[in-house]
Order: sequence, then structure tokens, then C-alpha cells
Amino acid sequence: MTERGGLGEKQFEGQTLSWSLKDGVVELALHREPLNEISSLTLEELEKFVAALDGLNREAHALILHSTLKAGFSAGADLRELYQWIQEYGQEEVGKHAREYLERIHSVMNALDACPLTTIAAVHGVTFGGGFELALTCDLIIADKMARFCFPELRLGLIPGYGGIPRLKRDLGNAVVRDLLLTGRSFNATKAQQIGLVSQVVSEGEALRAARATATQMGKFDRTTAATAKRFIKPIPHEDLRREIDVFCELLLRPAVQAGLKKFVESTDAQPYLP
Amino acid sequence: MEIAEKTLDEILTLAAAHFKVPREKLSPDEDFFKALGIDSLQTLDLLTKLENHFRVELPDYELQGVTDFRTLAAKIQARR
Repeated sequence: MTERGGLGEKQFEGQTLSWSLKDGVVELALHREPLNEISSLTLEELEKFVAALDGLNREAHALILHSTLKAGFSAGADLRELYQWIQEYGQEEVGKHAREYLERIHSVMNALDACPLTTIAAVHGVTFGGGFELALTCDLIIADKMARFCFPELRLGLIPGYGGIPRLKRDLGNAVVRDLLLTGRSFNATKAQQIGLVSQVVSEGEALRAARATATQMGKFDRTTAATAKRFIKPIPHEDLRREIDVFCELLLRPAVQAGLKKFVESTDAQPYLP
Repeated sequence: MEIAEKTLDEILTLAAAHFKVPREKLSPDEDFFKALGIDSLQTLDLLTKLENHFRVELPDYELQGVTDFRTLAAKIQARR
């Protein structure tokens, strides 16, 4: 595969992310400044990664997702881009465009979720919204002690739209999902581990190292057995995922959402990440 | 030292160390956004440090309107 910025299927250096394969472990590194906001370009590059997965699967046993940015794993969807679309498209077009976009995002997230490799999200700092949803596609989350998790979407009159609610429901109790979603609050890695969301909490800056050690351990097991076990214990909640897209698109057309996005985008407030 | 004052003192020490400013430059009643020159992401970092140190959970919405260390200490103390 020859791409601008591409180095072939086993390696890729893009504008928002890069990947490489070494010793049976694929590492997908996010690096879009300032905080890995998931934009249409990020989606394109994630789609490239998913297209390369078949080839990578043949030579790897594990996949680690991480961020090279100091501020954190990911702040979620690029809200400025979303606001721009709403400004450019009419009401009807926004809904249609959003649905197409979400279906592409879900296709990527579902591919990561169902990937036969054992997947680990190594997170630190802000792991919010769509970034949190990306981490939730992984089999394990390893967090450093400065990681914070949040679904802030209700602050904008929306719900998480990248598959977060069905995945959280699959993995945790409904009460925790309600707490996160209906308060919009963030919580730290210690709390995340207490509720069963995070597998390991490590010192600041150590999440990737711990993920690599865990991936090495996973490499000791028969791959077919591991992939079969994963399919058995980790169902993809397809119906709920489709319903989430419907609910998100219904909410997106409401004036409250446009007002919320406008406020976020135009804010000079020093505190946009606080509720 | 009363417990609340001790909490406040620990917060000031932690904040000074985390943001690498001299401890004596931080005042309990000063606006910490201005004093530290921090934004909301850095505030979340401070919150995480404080939660880890005091072993409490402080919902971030409780920080709405909180701009000084003394009020922050009271919020943390209420969770201990």
C-alpha cells in the first residue's frame, strides 16, 4: 500500500495517527494536536488502519492504542468541525450527513471491538467522549493514575454517539452508566478500576510500558484459542449500537445542541472542560 | 493545626509542587486560575492529584464557581 505519509501495511505515519508492528504487537499511536480530537481526517486514517488489520492480524497477537500527546488520550469528537457542518448544511442535510458519518465511525469502532487480536487501550490524562468510546472498544484499559474518564455529551444536549453507551452497558452495571451519562462528571483511574472499567492503574507515564508487558504476556497463548475465547465472551451489541445512532441523530437537530456547540466553540472561558 | 487548615495547607503544597510555583506565592483566598495561570485541563489534573492524595472522590461539577483554595479545601474536607 503506497500512501502519502504511508510506509506500507505494517507501518503508517499519518497526520492524526500512526501505526507499527513489532514483535507481534501492533501499536496505534494517536498524535493529533492539541488533544486527539476525532475529526473527519482521524476517521479516514482509522479506516485505513482497519483496512490494514487483516494483514496485521496474520502477524500479530495484540494491539495497543495509545496517545503520544502529553495532555491525554483523547478529548473526543472534534466539536469545532461538527459545529462547522451545522453552519454549512441545512437542517435536513445535517441529519443525513451525521448519520453517514456515524455509520462510518461505528464501522471502525466495531472492527476494533471485534478484532481477533487482544486489544489494550493505554490511556493517560483526558479520556473523554469519543476518546473514551475508542478506549471502550479494547479488551483491556490500562490507565496511568492521572487518567480521567468522562461522557460530557449531555452538556451539549447530546448522548455519546460512537458506541459508548452500548459498550459500557455490556461491560459495567447500568447504575454506573447512568451516573456517567446523566451527571456528565469525570472520574479518575482509581474510581475507574474500582468499578471494573480499568484493568490496571499505573504510575504517571507508565501506561504504555505496562500495556507492552501485558501484550508480551498475551503472546504466550495460542492465538486461535484467544480469538475464539474473545468472540465468546465479548459480544458486539449491534442492536443497541444501531439504536444509539438513531437517538443521536434525533437529538442533533434540536436547537439546544446548536446553542451548546456554539457556546463551546465561541467560548473564551478558561474552563471549557469543566461541567 | 485544625484539620481544615491542614487540608488547605496540603492543597497549597501540592498545587505549588504540581505547577512548579513557589509555595509562598499561593494564597488561600486568591483566584487560583489567575495565580497559577491554569486552564480547565490543568484544573482537572489538579483535581486528580488531590483526589489521589486525599483518597476522596470529588465530582468535578462541585468545582463550579470555585476559584480559591480555601473553598476547594472545604469541598475536599466534606468528602473525607
